Amino acid sequence: MAPIDNLPLVLSGVSYRVGDLTLLDEVSLTIKAGAPTAILGPNGAGKSSLLNIAMGLMQPTSGAISWGGRSDPAPLRRAMVFQSPVMLRRSVRGNILFALEQAGVARAERETRLQGLLARVGLVGLADRPARRLSGGERKRVALARALARDPDLLLLDEPTADLDPAATRALEEIIAGAAASGVKILMVSHDAAQVRRLAGEVHFLVKGRLYESAPTAKFFSDKASPLAQSFLRGDLITET
Amino acid sequence: MAAGTSAWQLIITGDPTLYAIVFLSLKVSLTAVLIAGLFGLPLGALIAFTSFPGRGALVVLINAFMGLPPVVVGLCVYLALSRSGPLGAMGLLFTPTAMIIAQAILITPIIAALARQTIEDLWSEYRNEMLAMGVSRLRCLTALLYDARVSLFTALLAGFGRAAAEVGAVMIVGGNIEGFTRTMTTAIALETSKGDMAMAMGLGLMLIAIVIAINASTWILSSITKSRMG
Amino acid sequence: MMKTLVACALSALMLTTAAAQERFITVASTTSTQDSGLFSHLLPLFKAKTGIEVKVIAQGTGQALDTGRRGDADVLFVHAKPQEEEFVAQGFGIERFDVMYNDFVLIGPASDPAGIKGGKDIAAALTKIQSQGAAFVSRGDKSGTHAAELALWKEAGVDLAAKRGPWYREIGQGMGAALNTAKAMEAYVLADRGTWISFKNKEGLSVAIEGDRRLFNQYGVIMVNPAKHSWVKTEPGKAFMDYLLSAEGQSAIASYKIEGQQLFFPNAKR
Repeated sequence: MAPIDNLPLVLSGVSYRVGDLTLLDEVSLTIKAGAPTAILGPNGAGKSSLLNIAMGLMQPTSGAISWGGRSDPAPLRRAMVFQSPVMLRRSVRGNILFALEQAGVARAERETRLQGLLARVGLVGLADRPARRLSGGERKRVALARALARDPDLLLLDEPTADLDPAATRALEEIIAGAAASGVKILMVSHDAAQVRRLAGEVHFLVKGRLYESAPTAKFFSDKASPLAQSFLRGDLITET
Repeated sequence: MAAGTSAWQLIITGDPTLYAIVFLSLKVSLTAVLIAGLFGLPLGALIAFTSFPGRGALVVLINAFMGLPPVVVGLCVYLALSRSGPLGAMGLLFTPTAMIIAQAILITPIIAALARQTIEDLWSEYRNEMLAMGVSRLRCLTALLYDARVSLFTALLAGFGRAAAEVGAVMIVGGNIEGFTRTMTTAIALETSKGDMAMAMGLGLMLIAIVIAINASTWILSSITKSRMG
Repeated sequence: MMKTLVACALSALMLTTAAAQERFITVASTTSTQDSGLFSHLLPLFKAKTGIEVKVIAQGTGQALDTGRRGDADVLFVHAKPQEEEFVAQGFGIERFDVMYNDFVLIGPASDPAGIKGGKDIAAALTKIQSQGAAFVSRGDKSGTHAAELALWKEAGVDLAAKRGPWYREIGQGMGAALNTAKAMEAYVLADRGTWISFKNKEGLSVAIEGDRRLFNQYGVIMVNPAKHSWVKTEPGKAFMDYLLSAEGQSAIASYKIEGQQLFFPNAKR
């Protein structure tokens, strides 16, 4: 058992406001170990804010957050893949080695870990390529490898396959599913209901900063979901709640 | 190129006086770049990376000082190093050291301002990723300096270009002493005033050629780095 | 890495300072003595004899005197006798010696717009330039030549303060720059003969007036007073002055010629 445990991740009454604008409104959530959890909702729902707060990168305006009972936001064994991950101006290898160094991996072990990670995300042949010159899907894989280098027990993904073609999406979903199967708790944000259905074990439905529904995936995608969720799933544009 | 004939003869025949002038110019300007880099790069990085009261004013000041008039810098250094000035006892006026000091003062703001802009831009790009990886501030700084090295090198190059092309400050504090403080630019000024336009033009073309050669080699270096690192 | 850089920078500074420790004196002189090439002729001879290196800062006479006042030179070699005597009287210099002379010449464009070419009377020529409004370039830099020019205007009875106009162009630069400017503007200019003979961009310019005794140009040498500035190198400085005033130095000055023309005429009195 690793010494640091981020689970359960507990948000209690978390609000986030910028000026008059309320991005998150009294959100309470408990994320436990298990199958991936998805935050689903239309654009502007506050999903990314929620993820940044869950990572500890932003402080909630009010409410509290804790990771395995700790409230210290230091991102130990916690990792995040941003919607548009920024590549360091280095090779793929350099990017991942930097992440391994920051994760506290001893210098002697880094090369072995690097090879393992490259294999895990399918970048073995691209190790010496400049990371910034890669395609969108490849950059996401580098970001995933950097995240996995931290040996996380909680991995946060912001729209993991936005802007990717179906082949790249499938490849990435396989890596994500593989990570989940190896015991990494995944908390992902998505506006793509089909993807949530493929990957997640439970769904939290967020609209305009408010949590409308939390349910196991099977239930959420059945006729037992709330009318608002059903409306979203039908493809309606949600403007009024 | 008829106008440059006499200068070309000197170049081809390896005239020792000419080569001494070229060597002194390079020594003075490169040493000035080295010193200005030692102050300017950390200063720029520090300003990019920290916030403190008066930071905005400092940024404006350093940006404005990029355009410091060389003669004003020369005059200030002259007054400071003159025997009657505060640092007169060191006896540095009319020496290459005085020229290095003047040029270093002249180009430190250029290097600092360009370094600040470069590092600030890269930091705003890297910020979230670095925070998500829990990178310490010191390690952030070293990573930024390393990843921005091509741009920072270009900043040093900009400083070198200004130093090598500058004539006002070195003329005042160096005195254009033959065989001692005569650089390419002061020699060009002297040959012009002697009415020897051919020699002045020849020296000028040589100075431009040297600056181009240095820029070309660093461009090749940075292209290699970029193709490897992105 | 950083330490190495610092060490490199410091040692580079040390090196340049170490070079300054050799036996040398600093002489503040005029652009005419340097631009004419006299020093390039004279100094190697002096160094071969004494081993003393002379570092020449070429400035206008006014600026050279100022450099001496600040103690930034050991010996002055200039050409504005009244100002030099004032410098000594104020205690900044020990004693002044005549070294050599040449003369000033009035240079003008080949077209000679004021119609003065070939005359002998500098005062009449200047009066005519002013009355015709012909372009005239003035050094305007407090140099010896500038001082001489101002004295000649006075001699000609032209009150510059009143008559000054667009025809009178003060450029604030050295002799060579003034000649280049006069050429470009088709203007008259007062020059010392040494610089004129050695000037290489003469085309379109020629001597308009020469030979007036009022165009006499005396050069003098002064030791900066060590009582004002203790670091003045009196011993090698005196060696340099003695050389200039000696028979050997005087004949070295006389032997400096360009295209067969002698540029400076020795007239030391001892």
